[in-house]
Amino acid sequence: MSTPRTLYDKIWDDHVVREAEDGTTHLYIDRHLVHEVTSPQAFEGLRLAGRTVRAPEKTVAVPDHNVPTDPTRLEGIEDEQSRIQVEALRRNARDFGIEMYDIDDHRQGIVHIVGPEQGWTQPGMTIVCGDSHTATHGAFGALAHGIGTSEVEHVLATQTLIQKKSKNMLVEVDGDLAPGVTAKDITLSVIGKTGTAGGTGHVIEYAGSAIRSLSMEGRMTVCNMAIEGGARAGLIAPDDKTFDYVKGRPHAPKGAMWEAAMTYWKTLHSDDGAHFDTTVRLDAAEIAPVVTWGTSPEDVLPITGVVPSPEDFAGGKVDAARRSLDYMGLAPGTPLREVEIDTVFIGSCTNGRIEDLREVARIMEGKRVKEGLRAMIVPGSGLVRLQAEEEGIAAKLQEAGFEWRMAGCSMCLGMNPDQLAPGERCASTSNRNFEGRQGYKGRTHLMSPAMAAAAAITGRLTDVRDLL
Amino acid sequence: MDRFTKLTGVAAPMPLVNIDTDMIIPKQFLKTIKRTGLGVNLFDEMRYNRDGSEIADFVLNRPQYRNAQILVAGDNFGTGSSREHAPWALLDFGIRVVISTSFADIFYNNCFKNGILPIVLPQEEVDKLMDDAERGANAVLTVDLESQTITGPDGGSIGFDVDPFRKHCLLNGLDDIGLTLAEAPAIDAFEAKAAAARPWA
Ligand code: SF4
Repeated sequence: MSTPRTLYDKIWDDHVVREAEDGTTHLYIDRHLVHEVTSPQAFEGLRLAGRTVRAPEKTVAVPDHNVPTDPTRLEGIEDEQSRIQVEALRRNARDFGIEMYDIDDHRQGIVHIVGPEQGWTQPGMTIVCGDSHTATHGAFGALAHGIGTSEVEHVLATQTLIQKKSKNMLVEVDGDLAPGVTAKDITLSVIGKTGTAGGTGHVIEYAGSAIRSLSMEGRMTVCNMAIEGGARAGLIAPDDKTFDYVKGRPHAPKGAMWEAAMTYWKTLHSDDGAHFDTTVRLDAAEIAPVVTWGTSPEDVLPITGVVPSPEDFAGGKVDAARRSLDYMGLAPGTPLREVEIDTVFIGSCTNGRIEDLREVARIMEGKRVKEGLRAMIVPGSGLVRLQAEEEGIAAKLQEAGFEWRMAGCSMCLGMNPDQLAPGERCASTSNRNFEGRQGYKGRTHLMSPAMAAAAAITGRLTDVRDLL
Repeated sequence: MDRFTKLTGVAAPMPLVNIDTDMIIPKQFLKTIKRTGLGVNLFDEMRYNRDGSEIADFVLNRPQYRNAQILVAGDNFGTGSSREHAPWALLDFGIRVVISTSFADIFYNNCFKNGILPIVLPQEEVDKLMDDAERGANAVLTVDLESQTITGPDGGSIGFDVDPFRKHCLLNGLDDIGLTLAEAPAIDAFEAKAAAARPWA
């Protein structure tokens, strides 16, 4: 019998082009997703060196970070630098023969939502993108991670990446989630437990009955934030839900090829007795709806909690907490449920999928966005937008007081016109609450779509369970 | 890429933990299509007021640290996004070495691609170097990649680990795309094998 292997071990082994004695490995890359912000310098590097893209058919381009989410964007992007980046992507895609979903294409959206939607993302693949949230694709049992621009250039030129193998970490979540508790609460709670450096040097496999019971959308939410836990990637073994999701997508295998793929995909799971270097366990029943109070994703508390005091922490975290509280304008001891908000942002590659919008619509049923709040919904892709319109969700949400935008990263990082003003406080379904992330001096509280909807109704951080 | 061999320079202390990539280079500066010129915006929101004036007590604005070439930083430096603009901004400012107890994975990788040496040390040693750094220009550090040592102002020296392949590339300023392209036959062979085993991929 061969040694039991983890899912990560298996995908890794199947992609080793060459391994040096010290473990430095050329890993083959099956899919390379490219967006406008981290790729221009890479293409420029290729041109300067007279190199080509080795496998343009394995590469796909989509602008998302920079693009305005206002329909007027089709008349041209006003911000000159953003326009230049999008134009550069267009030119690079054309010159190097790469398929691109441009801003006037109904399939355009956030790269991590478009990849799975179009069937580019499949189990067992190695997938990279010049974006840290590439871990999202791990939900399909793919090894997917973010890379820097030099590595983007390296993959474009060679279709490989130089890597050393990470350690294996198992995050097991068993049991049933209580009503009102979602995938976002799982992933935030894991980070709250391990810290933002807890996964450093590891690839996380999420397992356990609570993970299995999540939809593909929920699994993407979980894997999306593996990077916030410091891990290189997060993944989940594929199962029937995965196969059902992939089947029939434009770039999914068809016919006999589908059968062959299925035979292989079914081998993609960690063997009994496979070795994990680190294991973390959570009881799903104990997970409450959570929000962040500070400026690091590890600053997570159940909504029933109070704002902590710097003295509750140790070491370097004492000063970090003091700085966070000052930045967030929060006093220790304040019940989180008394914190008033100005803005609600629903979207991003963490929570911009159809299921997220359905959840928001469900919570909003018969209710309205509180007078005076700014509340926006930014579908993660043009297809999510269309589907929500067809299902009647879009109309309902607009009636309830939400703005209904075009697809893009939007206020997740405020590189486009959607930004927080200084001091503005936001209930956000995105993944990062760093200082300035959503706008200069903007204040971000991360939470699930259900919790963000609850906050939209009351105008403060709210326990969604009180509204169920 | 510039080679890195040995550097003697002023070290700036940044004891804050979890210094993230949005702090190192805020998103509005990612709209460039170049790699250079980002140094003036390094740590922009910590370094400048909204009107563009400097925040006097930010470490890199203090006279003794304006030419710092080394950062001694709190745990988990570079957490956050994959933006290579973070090491580009550090490099453009003149920083060639960052020392911490840990780094975020992608940032750590990105440093090596740009001739910056990130060094991981245990807490006690980082604490000691942080003390040295607090002394500003009176306390230059010497970082020698070949011998993998950091020598402090009092002459004491500390060893550090670095991956041999990365060390080799950094010492020689090697572009690893060139190295990988020399492996083309191995990539061809892999593709042929993979096309048979997983033709759909
Ligand atoms: S939605 Fe946010 S996290 Fe996701 S790719 Fe866009 S900017 Fe990055």
